Amino acid sequence: MQNSRLKTLLARRSFLGQSAQGIGMFALASMLSDKTSAADSVKVPKWTGVLDKLHFQPKAKRVIFLCQAGGASHLETFDHKPKLAEMHGKPMPESFTKGQPIAQLQGKKLTCLGPQHPFIKHGESGNEIAAPFPHLGTVADELCIIRSLKTNAINHDPAHTFMNTGTTISGRPAMGAWLQYGLGAAADDLPGFVVLTSVGGGQNQPIASRQWHSGFLPSRFQGVHFHSKGDPVLYVTNPNGVSREQQRDVIDAVQELNSLRNEAIDDPEISTRISQYELAFKMQASVPELMDTSDETKETLDLYGTKGADGSFASNCLLARRLAERGVRFIQLYHRGWDHHGAIKNAVANTAKIVDQGAAALIKDLKRRDMLKDTLVIWAGEFGRTPMAQGSGRDHHIKGFSMWMAGGGIKGGTTYGATDELGYNAVENVVEVHDMHATMLRLLGIDHEQLNFRFQGRDFRLTDVHGHVLKEILA
Amino acid sequence: MRTLIAFVLVSGGALSAADKIDFDRQIRPILSNNCYKCHGPDKNSRQADLRLDDKDAAFAKRDAATIVAGKPEASELIRRITSNDPDEKMPPADSKKKLTPEQIKLLTQWIREGAEWKSHWAFIKPERTAAPDVKHQDFVLNDVDKFILAKLKASGLTPSKQADRVTLIRRLSFDLLGLPPSIEEVQSFVDDKDPKAVEKLIDRLLKSPHFGERMAIYWLDVVRFADSNGYHSDEPRQIAPYRDYVISSFNSNKPYDQFVVEQLAGDLFPEASMEAKVASGFNMLLQTTSEGGAQAKEYLAKYSADRVRNTSSIFLGVTMGCAECHDHKFDPFTTRDFYRFAAFFADVKERGVGNPTPYPVMTDDRQAKIAEYDKELAQLRADLNKVTPELTAELQAWEKTVAEKVKSVAKLSPWHALGPFKAANFDAAFATDFGAEKEIDLKKQYKNQKWREAKQYVDGKPHAFNGDNTALYLFRNLQVDAATKLSLSLGSDDGIIVWVNGKKVLNKKVLRGVAPDQEKITVDLKAGDNQLLMKIANASGGAGFYFAASGVNLPNNVINALKVAPAKRNQQQKNVILAHFRGLSKTLAPTRDKIAKVDAARKQYVATVPKTLMTVAVKPRPIRVLPRGNWMDDSGELVEPGIPQFLGQLEVDGRANRMHLARWVVNADNPLTSRAFVNRLWKLFFGQGLAAPLDDLGAQGTQPTHPELMDYLATQFIDSGWDVKKMVRLLVTSGTYRQASLTTPSLREKDPYNSLYGRQSRFRLDAEIVRDNALALSGLLSNKIGGPSVKPYQPAGYWRHMNFPVRRWQASQGEDLYRRGLYTWWQRMFLHPSMLAFDAPSREECTVERPRSNTPQQALVLLNDPTYVEAARTLAARIHSEGGDSAATKLTWAYQHVLSRKPVAIELEVMTAVYKKHKSEYGKNSESAQQLLAVGAGKPTEGNSAELAAWTSVARVLLNLHETITRN
Repeated sequence: MQNSRLKTLLARRSFLGQSAQGIGMFALASMLSDKTSAADSVKVPKWTGVLDKLHFQPKAKRVIFLCQAGGASHLETFDHKPKLAEMHGKPMPESFTKGQPIAQLQGKKLTCLGPQHPFIKHGESGNEIAAPFPHLGTVADELCIIRSLKTNAINHDPAHTFMNTGTTISGRPAMGAWLQYGLGAAADDLPGFVVLTSVGGGQNQPIASRQWHSGFLPSRFQGVHFHSKGDPVLYVTNPNGVSREQQRDVIDAVQELNSLRNEAIDDPEISTRISQYELAFKMQASVPELMDTSDETKETLDLYGTKGADGSFASNCLLARRLAERGVRFIQLYHRGWDHHGAIKNAVANTAKIVDQGAAALIKDLKRRDMLKDTLVIWAGEFGRTPMAQGSGRDHHIKGFSMWMAGGGIKGGTTYGATDELGYNAVENVVEVHDMHATMLRLLGIDHEQLNFRFQGRDFRLTDVHGHVLKEILA
Repeated sequence: MRTLIAFVLVSGGALSAADKIDFDRQIRPILSNNCYKCHGPDKNSRQADLRLDDKDAAFAKRDAATIVAGKPEASELIRRITSNDPDEKMPPADSKKKLTPEQIKLLTQWIREGAEWKSHWAFIKPERTAAPDVKHQDFVLNDVDKFILAKLKASGLTPSKQADRVTLIRRLSFDLLGLPPSIEEVQSFVDDKDPKAVEKLIDRLLKSPHFGERMAIYWLDVVRFADSNGYHSDEPRQIAPYRDYVISSFNSNKPYDQFVVEQLAGDLFPEASMEAKVASGFNMLLQTTSEGGAQAKEYLAKYSADRVRNTSSIFLGVTMGCAECHDHKFDPFTTRDFYRFAAFFADVKERGVGNPTPYPVMTDDRQAKIAEYDKELAQLRADLNKVTPELTAELQAWEKTVAEKVKSVAKLSPWHALGPFKAANFDAAFATDFGAEKEIDLKKQYKNQKWREAKQYVDGKPHAFNGDNTALYLFRNLQVDAATKLSLSLGSDDGIIVWVNGKKVLNKKVLRGVAPDQEKITVDLKAGDNQLLMKIANASGGAGFYFAASGVNLPNNVINALKVAPAKRNQQQKNVILAHFRGLSKTLAPTRDKIAKVDAARKQYVATVPKTLMTVAVKPRPIRVLPRGNWMDDSGELVEPGIPQFLGQLEVDGRANRMHLARWVVNADNPLTSRAFVNRLWKLFFGQGLAAPLDDLGAQGTQPTHPELMDYLATQFIDSGWDVKKMVRLLVTSGTYRQASLTTPSLREKDPYNSLYGRQSRFRLDAEIVRDNALALSGLLSNKIGGPSVKPYQPAGYWRHMNFPVRRWQASQGEDLYRRGLYTWWQRMFLHPSMLAFDAPSREECTVERPRSNTPQQALVLLNDPTYVEAARTLAARIHSEGGDSAATKLTWAYQHVLSRKPVAIELEVMTAVYKKHKSEYGKNSESAQQLLAVGAGKPTEGNSAELAAWTSVARVLLNLHETITRN
């Protein structure tokens, strides 16, 4: 590699010598296209993951995780509880709540709050979805609704951390980082783990960047947050007064000089740096290109109900598809709008109006592009909400709530698991967050017990010491 | 599985006939990795009642003896690991563990050689080891080198030659200060013919106040220092004085044992100094929450576990955190040990939910300064209180002017207060009659509350009190000589109701803060006594009220005194009038102004006294063993503070406290503390620890590559009186440290990860130092040490996902934009993105080793972050003005300045080409040039814009070079 590099340099030097204009090397590179820049002869193999070969035949190649942040009520979305309607206004039986962790309702009188929206059976499957989600109703036959999810943490921050990393202790890698580590990147000029965020419909609970952090894994596996305002990726825009060509000149010179340095001291870190500068320069073009949705048809934009990249959940769904097309492995959308402590009837309707169409459009759009078959779409919040009233709203609830999965290897048109008659405890086919992780990994071809990383003397994995694959929901 | 290169360690080594098997290095890791999960310390998951982590247990008599020394064929262990029967085979298939043939051979050979068993190396007190007797004139400079050389020789390798002087001074400057050397410093070091030149340089650097900053960068990661609380709303916290304590401790070369004790228990010293109290902020560095709905009990359990996990990692280099829910799987830490350790911290005053309280850092200097103010104020007040003939005359004249008005004023009794009464919500607080509204009886009891006199409520001033969803009643008597109308000016927080003689005269249900004149009403008073009742109902936050009667703006007691004829006034009444008049007197005005000024200055000074979190000890709360770590389960045993049982027992009368813990940590017999620290020091100067990982010296960690050297350093450190600078000096004056970092084919082949140290390491600078270097080269860097954390440029909106409250990053101004990276505001939820890109940790947990990644984000930061662009344009101006006349001389200067070396011809060629092309382009486009020269908050660079913009491009190239951000 060094020899050929040297040859290239020498060849360029001799070219310089013959050139009447005394054109510089970097200028030579600039005369050629971006693709044949100075660093071309120093290719560093792209990270293809720690797994030599997958443990199972993969059903999905990528994941789009639609995080409904704040904790959407299962009782007004996917878990139909007629009995709770009958109990409306009556005291919540103590047998359900005694000795249970309770958040803001701690020490208060506990009264049942009936479901605030009717449920509708959809499609051939008859999957039941609450009325505020007419668009999701049209893709009901693609969804596997899980009504028996449980989690460990009752406050937003630790509950998100648990959902993303499998523990409430800070400093562990997020799901997307694990996938990068295990499977590597498929995208050439974009990061493999991308996070998009939107707000609306409820109070905006904070979200910490630890939710997409790589924890103890190398930091290149951490999620990259795409912003809808300012630079879409931090520092992706050239400094004021620097044109793209001039930026190329600067990078070319850096690459030339780093290559020279590498000739002298032969350090693989330099080769890596050269390739990372190349990727950075590519990202400076690919990121704006990704965010520019002007090449989408009006029909597509209408399907999502968006006019382009405006930071809304709908436009983030569209961007998720564009990212998926470009080989991004794990795409996570956060919609911060589900923390409905009060006025839950209107609040659920409002937030649903913001997210329903985009989520349904994503599934339809993936399907017609033949990408749903290998894209796993997951919808889940960090927890659900109490069957008990908190004024006109509901408090946080961790003992039973709902999520859904669709696409890559999932049996669509099914409902799995159940809570008790009041929607309090998951009682049938109980699903732990670790099980969801194990199932997700399985669909990607990974045995969750065999994707490990040694940290502080112990082999850690996403599912910690838990996790069972939900075989019944696999197609 | 493929393994990441950075984490591969040289394994236990292959079999060779000559070497006897080393249990610690070769056997224990096999047992620990493959067997301890079911045959280890955790009694609850132990299978077949077999333990392989404990000598007695492993050799215990059983039906089939597990290990028979010298007889592998009679040892059940060997039979089982070599069995072909799936029911017998160990480890079992479902464990997903498998022994390699090499490992089986090692185990067999070990038993054949007699199955020698040693306790885990790190749990035995380090021994004073003598350096091996090796010779190498050019290489061996101190004992460290002898250990290194012996091992290199045994592997058939030779050390590298010494690095050249330029490399050495750059290495030492970055390693010891985190800053680049200047051209002059490099030159004078290169020219220094003194054989002790290197030692001289090292001594100079160790004396620099920037040494403490450099060491703090590392220590702050270890202890998880941050400027915000961490969980949920991630509010700011005041803790910067702790950081400055760390810097000054390293600068003053505070013995490490003292440093440790001050942090763990500084507050417990008798008559603790302010410095020790600031140090004790260490116990408060953990993450805390104030999330609504969070349960205090749950979070107190989290904080408790956090302290065990992190404290054991920080000082001892062990993973006690693993014993929270079950006995440790690999090391002999039990769950009971975990909670006994937690009990040491049960006296720390803290809230389960809510922001921690900071305390002022009241140093002697500051105390003295405040005393000075107080003395001056006392003198001024004494002056004010003198009775002079002028004052008496002035008072009499004034009395005449108010006499008439006073007559018509109602005589007001002092206030009586009743309540507050708690209600379910604001509506109820406002509407409910808590008993006083029908009739007023100052003797009566209302729901255990009684009327009390409330003289503190002086008229004409807003008063504040507290209580969410509460109602407070205020009553007073108004006496007038004849029926009259009285104007009242009122204010309230929040709702207010007023009755006069039982008749409601005001009913205002509002939510507001209190201010004068919010309500103006006029009420009818009858001759004689009138009853005025006021109700203040508060929703949330502070409550309050304001009351003033009629046009005379005099306090109640002054009016009452004035109503008494001068001759009939008693001494108290006279004093009241005189005291009030001192506030009005013209002759006293200058004294009053002076008092106001000094008082304001005092207040302002007190406000500038920094506050910081400190440990305050209170009565210890009970600590129980939490079964499976479940905070809701109160069935576990109550425990008292204690050290891990297998490491001994504290000899304490009564309950042990943090001071006992601290003294045990730094006791010379503690096998872990010194090793953990020297191992980390070694990492700072050689790129990796002698034992990896740096936070697990336990069974799952790896045996040190140089066990004797590790123990040598550990005992040297203790024997030196825990002298940190002495240890640093020992390491960096060694021949091992001074070697060149270039690799050779033979080194690469035989020691790819440089664990034998046949050369120095090369690594990228830490995040903070990448920044410091660029700013130092540009000349922008501020050399101010300490103070509040600062906010350099950060992309707008980066904090948009934080809430309660919503926050915006407000960049600092002036010098504070150019402070060293370690002063950057450390927001745990959203760490500054430039820092994050270069692997700075969020400091939620103890971090002893940052990853060193190499990512496109780093390229984007160096290329486009305004910090680096501004540094480049400022550097460009220096290149232009200090670099001589021609492009070639300027470039040469720039290389010497940035990289401490001259450029080679081809480098000059590349750079000249950039310069020429961009000069020509910016010449045609001066607007772009101006834009580039104005990046950042500093004054735009002035001069020939095309020229300077072109040099800015050159400077950007320089600041982006791998060589610039690498320590060689």
